[in-house]
Amino acid sequence: MSAFSAIGEEREIDRDEYTPDIEPQPTWCPGCGDFGVLKALKGALPEVGRTPEETLLVTGIGCSGKLNSYLDSYGFHTIHGRSLPVARAAKLANPGVEVIAAGGDGDGYGIGGNHFMHTARENHDMTYVVFNNEIFGLTKGQTSPTSPKGHKSKTQPHGSAKTPIRPLSLSLTSGASFVARTAAVNPNQAQRILKEAMEHDGFAHIDFLTQCPTWNKDAKQYVPYTDINESEDYDFDPTNRADAQELMRETEDKLYEGEVLTGVYYRDDDRPSYQQEKQNLGEMPDEPLAERYFDGDYEWERSYDRFIDKHK
Amino acid sequence: MSDDELIWRIAGGSGDGIASTSQNFAKALMRSGLHVFTHRHYPSRIRGGHTYVEVRASADPVKSRGDGYNFLLALGDSFARNPQEEAYYGNEEVKPLEENLDELREGGVIVYDSGLLDASEIPDFEERVEENDWHVYDIDLRSLAREQGREVMRNTAGVGVTCAITGIPLGAIEELMRDAMPEKILEPNVEIMQTGYDLVREEYDVDAAEVSVPTGEHDEEQVLMSGSDAIAYGAIDEGCRFIAGYPMTPWTEVFTIMSQNLPELGGISEQVEDEIAAAALAIGASHMGVKAMSGSSGGGFALMGEPLGLAEMTETPLVLIEAMRAGPSTGMPTKPEQADLEHVLYTSQGDSQRVVLAPGTVAEAYEASRRAFQLAYEYQIPTMIIYDQKLSGELTNVPASHFDREPNPDIGATLTEDELADQPHTADGKFHRFQHEGEDGVSPRSVPGQKGGRFLATGNEHNPAGHISEDPDNRVAQMDRRQRKLDAIRADLDDDGLLVEYGPEDAEYGVLTFGSQQGTVEEAVDRLNENGHSVKALTVAELAPYPADAVRAFLDSVEEALVVEMNASAQFRGLTQKELGTHGELLSSLLKYNGNPFEPAEIVEGFTTKLVDDGELPGNETKFVPAAGD
Ligand SMILES: Cc1ncc(C[n+]2csc(CCOP(=O)(O)OP(=O)(O)O)c2C)c(N)n1
Ligand code: SF4
Ligand SMILES: [Mg+2]
Repeated sequence: MSAFSAIGEEREIDRDEYTPDIEPQPTWCPGCGDFGVLKALKGALPEVGRTPEETLLVTGIGCSGKLNSYLDSYGFHTIHGRSLPVARAAKLANPGVEVIAAGGDGDGYGIGGNHFMHTARENHDMTYVVFNNEIFGLTKGQTSPTSPKGHKSKTQPHGSAKTPIRPLSLSLTSGASFVARTAAVNPNQAQRILKEAMEHDGFAHIDFLTQCPTWNKDAKQYVPYTDINESEDYDFDPTNRADAQELMRETEDKLYEGEVLTGVYYRDDDRPSYQQEKQNLGEMPDEPLAERYFDGDYEWERSYDRFIDKHK
Repeated sequence: MSDDELIWRIAGGSGDGIASTSQNFAKALMRSGLHVFTHRHYPSRIRGGHTYVEVRASADPVKSRGDGYNFLLALGDSFARNPQEEAYYGNEEVKPLEENLDELREGGVIVYDSGLLDASEIPDFEERVEENDWHVYDIDLRSLAREQGREVMRNTAGVGVTCAITGIPLGAIEELMRDAMPEKILEPNVEIMQTGYDLVREEYDVDAAEVSVPTGEHDEEQVLMSGSDAIAYGAIDEGCRFIAGYPMTPWTEVFTIMSQNLPELGGISEQVEDEIAAAALAIGASHMGVKAMSGSSGGGFALMGEPLGLAEMTETPLVLIEAMRAGPSTGMPTKPEQADLEHVLYTSQGDSQRVVLAPGTVAEAYEASRRAFQLAYEYQIPTMIIYDQKLSGELTNVPASHFDREPNPDIGATLTEDELADQPHTADGKFHRFQHEGEDGVSPRSVPGQKGGRFLATGNEHNPAGHISEDPDNRVAQMDRRQRKLDAIRADLDDDGLLVEYGPEDAEYGVLTFGSQQGTVEEAVDRLNENGHSVKALTVAELAPYPADAVRAFLDSVEEALVVEMNASAQFRGLTQKELGTHGELLSSLLKYNGNPFEPAEIVEGFTTKLVDDGELPGNETKFVPAAGD
């Protein structure tokens, strides 16, 4: 019998279960795009049938990192840039838990960029939401890896000399098996994409455009937007890697020209997840490792029996 | 020359098979009933560069490398670069012979491979041989091996020669080769060893050399192990089934042993992108209820600083290994030093809330590893084991029974779903994971996936349900509770800890040391007492929380104490003075940081010079530093 009875429980789930009672109330600024992520997540989780106690939301540091303060589930608010390695191991330790990682553009594409690349490469079965507001929100508006070239801030008084990072292309190149962009101003699409991402068996990366009206007034509110999966202007197959690559580039360029393209850009449903790869190699147990520590009947092997002879 | 011990040094180039040959040799001597201890010296290079391993064997227990040695097998460096004397790195080809002469005792034996080494290139070689009464056997081991078809088996030929001179029966070595080698290479090896043996027996005067192997007997079965083996086995017996890491010498040893065995034990090993990730993964796995570890050496551990603080603040059980090597920066990657003490005690922002253990011996490394997991999981606190290349690379015999123990997979203060139901929750059902109260400062945890256990773990200060809180009263309550764990841990360790006092209880003087210097210090203490001095030693294996009472009692009982450690800034003495706040005027330091561990004689000399004669040290290998009180 499982020591984790919340896992796999079949029941109706009300989206309000994810909302804490009175406290803590979100402290995001009025009009902040981060509200959109919270709302979309609360909508998507019941749709995929995951209860608060079988869900672990791991965040980094930033305005975005507060997400799990306002979503009632198991949560781990880690340190700046490190949500992915914590989340990855959590999933390996107990694959039955729905693991979602989230953080800002600075958190995920800057300080945690190395983890982003490697988590995508390994194709861990989890969803990763990057709140892309093209700015460092929590530290009061410094230039971030996604800020446009020429972007002025207190720490870049003459404007940024750097070309922004290409989050979608980077994700695809690194090996993510599901890559999407959505926007806070587009709640229905956001919820739909989040649901698809969670249902996907592999690393699902969502670049989530979240406007920051406080520090990034220049940036658009990300309206109007075009959904590349629905628009008649785009005849697009997200399972085609070459097409995805081309459209990602176009999307990344157009954002800075004021045109917002969103949608699911790429998905590879055939690629095995990292857990599956490891299990195929005999490097990961079939039963969740976490269960073993609650199983009084498990026979733990002694080092003495395994090793002592070769030292004699 | 002491007859009662053989200290055999096999020297060559990295990649010449020195390590495996010496390991077989040591094991054969152990099986014959002797106590053995190995000391390894190697460069940070894959091919070439002078390396040696010393095997010390005696009928009595040996705890340390010896002072010098009495038998040299110099193979020559077959991967030597630029073998000219004017070269920047000198003539590497003759280094295995030349560089080992200084420490060879009078009357000692030299066997060298004249097929690779030209002794005439070593200045004053003949004169030194005469002066020191060394017995030299120049044998073309290379040709001897080549004639049997395998030039690389020069080392085996050298072992055959060693056996002929010292009287070790070939059968003992052969038996081990049979265990370790595939058939194809076994036969030529055995033949080459025999040829070397016969050649010496037939053509040389073996009785001229007064070095022979002692005989001894063990009263129980022994195993040959390193500190790295012992740490890994301790972890496995505590039910650790998750490791994440990134290679770095010498930590790689523990990481490798675990990675090679965890899959078969139904565990998981992850080699990841960097050490920040490694520590973060261990935290993630532990958060889910799994016993997890990570580790590194100094540089990688520096990267773990922030995750380490996260584990402190979120009270996530975590075991980290720090295998020290000579720093700063890349330093001397393969050389031992104890200079990361302060790094491990204090790295990461805020007040440290962690346990730091430093085992002194191979047997204690197993103990410390088990203890680290127990403390980490019972008290929900990161626990570090610091050790160094000395303990990781040294092999020594330990009674097999020491490891004949039951496993302990207990995950400490973790609740089951049934227990969770009776715990306090917020109105909307969040579990009070971080209650202000809690026995010994421990507030039991839940694990994701459990019903009734949801909470937020955060690196921010937080209230009982885990929510971010900057309320002053809550802050103080949480901080005090976390600190309280350290008192409880201290009390636990006071009852049953890893401190080792050695020597006559009523001794006049003391030697204080920590970690891997234990055996060397104890051997020095024996010699000093034999020479009419009155000395005892205390080896501290628990550095945080610091055993202030025990150290104070020890210092109260002596006139003066010498603090022995392998670093340049007397970190352990500084810690002791900070923790005690007294006794500073009693302490002075004997330091060594040239990349080689202390020899017992250096401690004997340091002790007599400083505490008895109040003089100065002659050489530049070790150094005195007066304490603040002086
Ligand atoms: C190691 C470290 N460096 C710097 C900081 C300070 N810091 C906190 S959040 C942040 C950037 C936030 O930007 P982003 O990740 O885009 O998140 P946002 O606030 O925009 O959601 C920085 C630099 C920190 N907490 N830790
Ligand atoms: S600063 Fe920007 S990102 Fe942060 S809460 Fe305010 S609007 Fe949102
Ligand atoms: Mg941002």
